[in-house]
Amino acid sequence: MANRHYTISEGKEISISEFFEKNRHILGFDSPQKALYMIVKEALDNSLDACEEHQILPEIRVAVRRMEQDEFEVTVEDNGPGIDRKEVPRVFGQLLYGSRFHSFKQSRGQQGIGITAAVLYGQITTGKEAFIRTRKLGEEVAYDFKLSINIKENRANIIEEKPVIWEAPHGTIISVIAKGKYQIGKQSIFEYLKETATVNPNMSMRFEDPEGKIFQFKRVVEKASEPARAIKPYPLGLEPGEVITMAHESSASTAVGFLSGDFSRISRNSAEEICKFAGIDPNKKPSEITLAEVKNIRSSLDKIKILPPSPDCLSPLGEEFIRKGLRNIYDELHPAFYSKPVMRPVSTYNGNPFSVEVGLVYGGDLPNDEPVRVVRYANKVPLLYQPGACATTKALSELDWRSYGLDQRNGTGVPFGPMILFIHVFGIRVPYTSESKEAIAPVGEITEEIKAALKSAARTVKGFLNKREKRKKISEKFRLVSTIIPEISEKSSAITGLEPVPIEPVLSKVANVIFINESFEPSDDGIRVKLVVHNYTSMPRSFDIIADPPIGDIVEQKNEFNVRDLLPALNVTFEFRVAVEAGRYPGTDYYFRGIDPVYINGAEPLPADWNIAKTDVEEVTEDAQ
Amino acid sequence: MPSEAPDTGKKLVDLVRSVYDSLKTGEVPELVMPSRNRDNIVLDPMYSVWRYGESKVTRSAKYVDGAEYILKSLYMIEFILEMIKGSKTSTLREMYYISEGWKNGKFGTQDESDIMAEDLEVITSLMREDFRLRPEENGASVIGNLTIEEKNRKGEFKRINCKDDVGEGGYNIPYNVDQEKLKIVSSDADFVLAIETGGMFDRLVENGFDERFRSILVHLKGQPARSTRRLLKRLNEEQNLPIYVFTDGDPWSFRIFASVAYGAIKTAHISQHLAVPTAQFIGITASDIMNYDLPTDVLTDKDQQALQAELKDPRFLNDFWKSEIEAMLKMNKKAEQQALAKYGLDFVTDKYLPDKLSGPNDLGE
Repeated sequence: MANRHYTISEGKEISISEFFEKNRHILGFDSPQKALYMIVKEALDNSLDACEEHQILPEIRVAVRRMEQDEFEVTVEDNGPGIDRKEVPRVFGQLLYGSRFHSFKQSRGQQGIGITAAVLYGQITTGKEAFIRTRKLGEEVAYDFKLSINIKENRANIIEEKPVIWEAPHGTIISVIAKGKYQIGKQSIFEYLKETATVNPNMSMRFEDPEGKIFQFKRVVEKASEPARAIKPYPLGLEPGEVITMAHESSASTAVGFLSGDFSRISRNSAEEICKFAGIDPNKKPSEITLAEVKNIRSSLDKIKILPPSPDCLSPLGEEFIRKGLRNIYDELHPAFYSKPVMRPVSTYNGNPFSVEVGLVYGGDLPNDEPVRVVRYANKVPLLYQPGACATTKALSELDWRSYGLDQRNGTGVPFGPMILFIHVFGIRVPYTSESKEAIAPVGEITEEIKAALKSAARTVKGFLNKREKRKKISEKFRLVSTIIPEISEKSSAITGLEPVPIEPVLSKVANVIFINESFEPSDDGIRVKLVVHNYTSMPRSFDIIADPPIGDIVEQKNEFNVRDLLPALNVTFEFRVAVEAGRYPGTDYYFRGIDPVYINGAEPLPADWNIAKTDVEEVTEDAQ
Repeated sequence: MPSEAPDTGKKLVDLVRSVYDSLKTGEVPELVMPSRNRDNIVLDPMYSVWRYGESKVTRSAKYVDGAEYILKSLYMIEFILEMIKGSKTSTLREMYYISEGWKNGKFGTQDESDIMAEDLEVITSLMREDFRLRPEENGASVIGNLTIEEKNRKGEFKRINCKDDVGEGGYNIPYNVDQEKLKIVSSDADFVLAIETGGMFDRLVENGFDERFRSILVHLKGQPARSTRRLLKRLNEEQNLPIYVFTDGDPWSFRIFASVAYGAIKTAHISQHLAVPTAQFIGITASDIMNYDLPTDVLTDKDQQALQAELKDPRFLNDFWKSEIEAMLKMNKKAEQQALAKYGLDFVTDKYLPDKLSGPNDLGE
């Protein structure tokens, strides 16, 4: 095929393998540290894509073993569907082979270069062949391969192939020996695996590092990922050359048939209209369409109405995966707040559909005085390198985070604060800044969508911080009237030797509010909550309190508590139980009705539409600024 | 044993009584006292020292901060009353540790409790000694022909000559130098030289400056303690000795002089007992740095801020200080008194001090 070769000057052709050998940095194998990481990444991305496509819950083993000082064996094993033995030479031994190359669909790997590049890199640096074992779903036996690459001809060189008995019902092992340097830190294999585990909470993964240490990432969602569906190419997302290629390979016999049959979102009627606007004979053979005509087709697309691409072709992580994934990986930092994940609607860039999901973790053991941590993903793959060049960084640097309660010098740049920002950009043909796919190109449409998602998430942090601040003020005022002023009274009568005096008039002058104060403790059957209502006003008071636990339910009683004729300086206590796991209870939200809000501290006025529709103000995703 | 002013207990109880009475009448308790910052010090024409002015601050139990403040002061008063009853004294630091047991009245830092002790002085017009509280640092030292009588632990007055009866370290100034503890018997000297640093004090002692120039040397030990300033004040008043202050040439040294001569901002409520308005500055000046070409250090950011603050300090509002501070800011340099050693160990006693002492008065008075 023509596209397997790059043509360089003076007509001298070299194979893609040869090209890669000389330009390994283009695919990310540019340093010994990065090389090992790239091998793991390429193998793991393929495994996860295959599992997703076949609705398998991934069961992964990764091992990096030191063979010599600077030589490592990287092994990735999956329980994927396996590979047909006839496909093995092409999948692992031929660059640009890839079942996905022509499909219009979101996936982790895209160009069919990755894993072969890994095999090739190992071969170049150590001279050693790769080992592959694979058992296809439904096959009796597995096959072991020893394989290298014929660089001149860009094809696999099978050194050994033999059937073996393997207890796994299906799956693949790939093992590559390569020169490299094992490191830890922000740009390491471990970080990559950790971030991969975050977005694949349905994966179970065991990792063995070169020192023999074992790390186990556990599965917390028992549900396979919903795979993206392939769609026919969306006409607005194609280059003219691609349309020509499609026209030449089309099985349709007419131009109208080609347009309506080979593209998504073009009906027969639209196809006829396009031909009319473009001045093309509707019955012309597709293979005879010229480049000039393709350009006419492109401009006539603007004149007719064409629907945006179907959102089916995208595979978001979804709220549950993000929520559970973040908890699974970051709960050891005891965050005070997880935002509700923000999901943006599908947008297009150059006719290519994409979308953005954002998650956010705040507080806990995260440091206050460091830049916020950003975990970036493109099509479910963690991006560890080139953060400065990435659309995600551009988007978050352009937001003024100060208005959301974070520190940021001059209102630009990466903000400071105890926060992890999780940003996932996914779509068909996500644009990258380079072939090694390390950073998302800061294209206007994408940056704007990331910003919009970040703003929604930031508003939830602001809401959380406001609530926390308010609670703090209330509890301070409560401490003032419930302990400090009584202690002043006690001391002053002790020192003067005079009779204690009633302090209620002073308390109501200082506070003049009713405090609604919650305390709770875990027990065997949920959380036992004590709600104490103090009347620090100068009048008897009556009103109702409605309790609304954000997680779990109140058991064995109503969620409404009635305060009747509570006298000044007195209090009343309500007790109830919430069925929720200990350590997960965030405190109940309290609402009230039947009293002027100025007198209540510790609850919110009951919304007017209570019981009509539960509205979630944090859901708003449009820019409210 | 020290004894407090006879009405100390009553004054303190009266203060508590005002809190009690507020509660009784249903008023929110408050404490009112003069504001204790630079913007509220005024020159007292009677004593020529700087004292607190008219502006007041109110601490109200309406707010958490104010209520905690009132509660802490109640605990402190209770503690002082107990000490009076038991004839005990305590250091400020001991009181800070004792406050650990004061429930909602405990202090966050010793600074906070020290400041509150001063606040109580300001509110009650009493002295720290009345409260039986003392600082933990040792007093500074004196060498020179001065005879005093100090009451020892047995309650007997013991006579000491600060030249003949002491070692090289000199006579150690006790924390209480009031009449009932320390009597000044006699002196045979022409002036008192107060010196900022230990190194320079030792140099002048070794060079026999006190005998050659008939002077009493007092080591200030940096920013001088109350007792050191009180002793200087008494030497000035009772023995008619002029006071000269010899310091480094930097903004902090200027403040040392100001607290000796005009009164410190923190203790402006007792300036009339501590400050010697006629004290004269013979420390290193910006002009000295230039005239003697002294070895210098560059001013730090903090030094510069301190000098800028001094330009706004009412105590430094005269032509001499204005021009010295501005000159120092302009040259951006400071120098230590020991920098004079550039010209040999005897330079300070043979040349610098004699010149300064006989030359025209730097303050232009």
